Amino acid sequence: MHPLLPGVEGYMYPNEIELQWSILIVLYPYITGLVAGAFILASLERVFKVEAVKPTYRLALLVALAFLLVAPLPLQLHLGHPERSFEMYLTPHRSSAMAMFGFVYLWYLMVVLLMEIWLDYRQEIVEWAETGVGFKKWIYKILTLGSHNISPAALRIDDKVGYFITLIGIPSAFLLHGYVGFIFGSVKANPWWSSPLMPVVFIFSAMVSGIAAVMLIYMLTSWLRRVRIDMRCMDTIARYLLYTFIIDFSLEMLDLVHRIYEADESLSALDFMVHTRLYFSQVVLQIFIGTLLPVALLGLTQIVELSEIARKAIYATTGALTLISIFAMRWNVVIGGQLFSKSFLGYTSYKMGFATREGLLPAIILTLLPFVILYVLVKLLPPWPKSEAAA
Amino acid sequence: MDMTRRDLLKKSGKFILLTSAAAAAWDFVLAGKMEASPNYDVTKHWWAMVIDPEKCIGCGNCVRACESENDVPTGYFRTWIERYHVEEADFEHPQVDSPNGGHDGFPEKYKDAGKTFFIPKLCNHCADSPCVQVCPVGATFVTPDGVVLVDKQYCLGCRYCIQACPYGCRFLNPKTNTADKCTLCYHRITQGLTTACCEVCPTQARVLADLKNPKDPIHEFLRTHSVQVLKPQMATHAKVFYKNLDGSVR
Amino acid sequence: MHAFAAMKDFFRNGEHLIRVLLLLAVALIAFLIIRRTVIPADFGKYGHFRPGAMDDIRARQVKFAGHQTCEACHSDQAEVKSKGNHANIGCEACHGPLAKHAEDPASVVPQLPDTAVLCAICHEANQAKPKWFPQVVTAEHSGGVACNTCHKPHAPKIGG
Repeated sequence: MHPLLPGVEGYMYPNEIELQWSILIVLYPYITGLVAGAFILASLERVFKVEAVKPTYRLALLVALAFLLVAPLPLQLHLGHPERSFEMYLTPHRSSAMAMFGFVYLWYLMVVLLMEIWLDYRQEIVEWAETGVGFKKWIYKILTLGSHNISPAALRIDDKVGYFITLIGIPSAFLLHGYVGFIFGSVKANPWWSSPLMPVVFIFSAMVSGIAAVMLIYMLTSWLRRVRIDMRCMDTIARYLLYTFIIDFSLEMLDLVHRIYEADESLSALDFMVHTRLYFSQVVLQIFIGTLLPVALLGLTQIVELSEIARKAIYATTGALTLISIFAMRWNVVIGGQLFSKSFLGYTSYKMGFATREGLLPAIILTLLPFVILYVLVKLLPPWPKSEAAA
Repeated sequence: MDMTRRDLLKKSGKFILLTSAAAAAWDFVLAGKMEASPNYDVTKHWWAMVIDPEKCIGCGNCVRACESENDVPTGYFRTWIERYHVEEADFEHPQVDSPNGGHDGFPEKYKDAGKTFFIPKLCNHCADSPCVQVCPVGATFVTPDGVVLVDKQYCLGCRYCIQACPYGCRFLNPKTNTADKCTLCYHRITQGLTTACCEVCPTQARVLADLKNPKDPIHEFLRTHSVQVLKPQMATHAKVFYKNLDGSVR
Repeated sequence: MHAFAAMKDFFRNGEHLIRVLLLLAVALIAFLIIRRTVIPADFGKYGHFRPGAMDDIRARQVKFAGHQTCEACHSDQAEVKSKGNHANIGCEACHGPLAKHAEDPASVVPQLPDTAVLCAICHEANQAKPKWFPQVVTAEHSGGVACNTCHKPHAPKIGG
């Protein structure tokens, strides 16, 4: 008897019983979503001139970089042959959405994110290279790439090029995360995934998670550094979080309503799955606690005038709930899409290991790793605004 | 320490040299073996299979033979048999089972009247294969003679193809950590033999066919019988044809 | 010469950007060289894949010889079988994979299968089997006695 058979209800094709894409594949879109979302928040200031969010500009970029550096790791751990992943650069199959991963990732890392951070920090990098001491001095010297020109003319060029990079960075961020949505959305074999809305839903939920992440990290670091939180900045970010959340929720509800209305052959199987195996993660966690509650709380701050403490409490709570909610959304898509049989006659269960290559432990480590990297980045390239008051 | 142009050139040169050497070694590894039977012309064949469920007795010979011929790991199936039981002509809710893929036959289960039958399944070797479409590196492909194969030296094990197959015929081989599935016994059919499953089927429920062979009985068969493929709405142009397939089959 | 002055200004003040472009150019060239050397020369000949893979699979060892190979030596059994009800059943369907035996008969001596187990695989009665197929409840039919006590496997019909 197949070892996983006790977890099977009804009929699954024999090769479907074991899930192929694990929690690491849930984590990957979550991470790239945070990258895209954080970057969009940064671009709000640079391109859309929303000056209120400037205190978080550099922090958002560093958050994006920290998560982007970790992004390929869950994929590498998942691959049967991680040593062959370079083949995606050698012979990318043009009909496969997955094949563009390597190029989009490299483009976004080098040409968009690293360039934008470098150009924004370059003046300080040159100054620290000249005045710094010890090991750090050498890092800054390398980062200058040998050029110490920080004349006003050079900085003006940096600013222009930086603006242009942010501009193309926005569609690049959409591509970096949108293609993941397309990877799922274009699989005609799987009715839970197959939808033209999938890339759009992914992008908007990415923005929601990225904005929430930067908001939370800003609040957390301000508290740790005993610095006053810029409430005008927070209020603006929270407002954008609310708008994006409403759009995201509308898109997901549109998918649901459409599905229920058309009631094609897959509906009864999917409906049963959502009411049983996916009930907690989808209905309770993603929809009620993770979307309706944060939207209600954020909406409250727009309708009623609340004290600073009340707003901070709401922002912190909704930020945390949002991050959990978007993780639940990725879980519901990836794992949910594999829990039901393509025969529509049965269901299986996901047996997640703990200290295995694709288990919970590596997933936790990979989630914490970006914060370690962020700590190093923040020490190397402090993103704090020059005009800061003590708390 | 400013890096001079000279330093940069020196470092780049070393980098290029070392990576080229490593690359040449890798190329040697990937070279592959010579032609096995030189008389076989890939352009002269277009492989398919015909299955007659009314002849299938669920003996499991095919499952066991495939496992033996292709070293299929236990618990995974390149071919398998499903038993359908349709009560009171309710073909929207069939009861289906496949104990160990039918490897050891089927224990007696249904006592009532109702319609029961067996459906052997395997890779459909789709001409418009969705699994080939999604492979990021070209590790799975359709050969010029119509067989969908996996290059297990090239496959990354990303499992996208397994997700994309509408029929559930792919799995990840735990020994090679690559995607795996029915090869239509490519090593046999290119030598004039039939597939292992067809060879051992006691009732000829499964018969290999070559659509490019004008003398192949499949041409007459397709003209004179009602045939279906699995999930025709997926437009995969599957090449495993089922005679008189019941509407309850998934 | 406004454009010329602007360019001169760019080269003086934008020199750091040129260094970045140079780095990217070097990386790109290195990548292209690696690509040229690593990808197998015939990749793409029949489609987006390595044709060597087809050869790799074709080089697999054959385990079932196929009934034509068996009949080449065992023509008398083939003769008997061709006249009975088991005419269209391949030899290895019951005798198992014997390509090794066909290659070198002395190296592998096939064991005769145990009919008490073998025959029931097909002929044990089951509600799911098609009605036209000959099936019995073996416990009632033979009382546990081996099938070849009465039936000859190559010509199973009793009396002809």
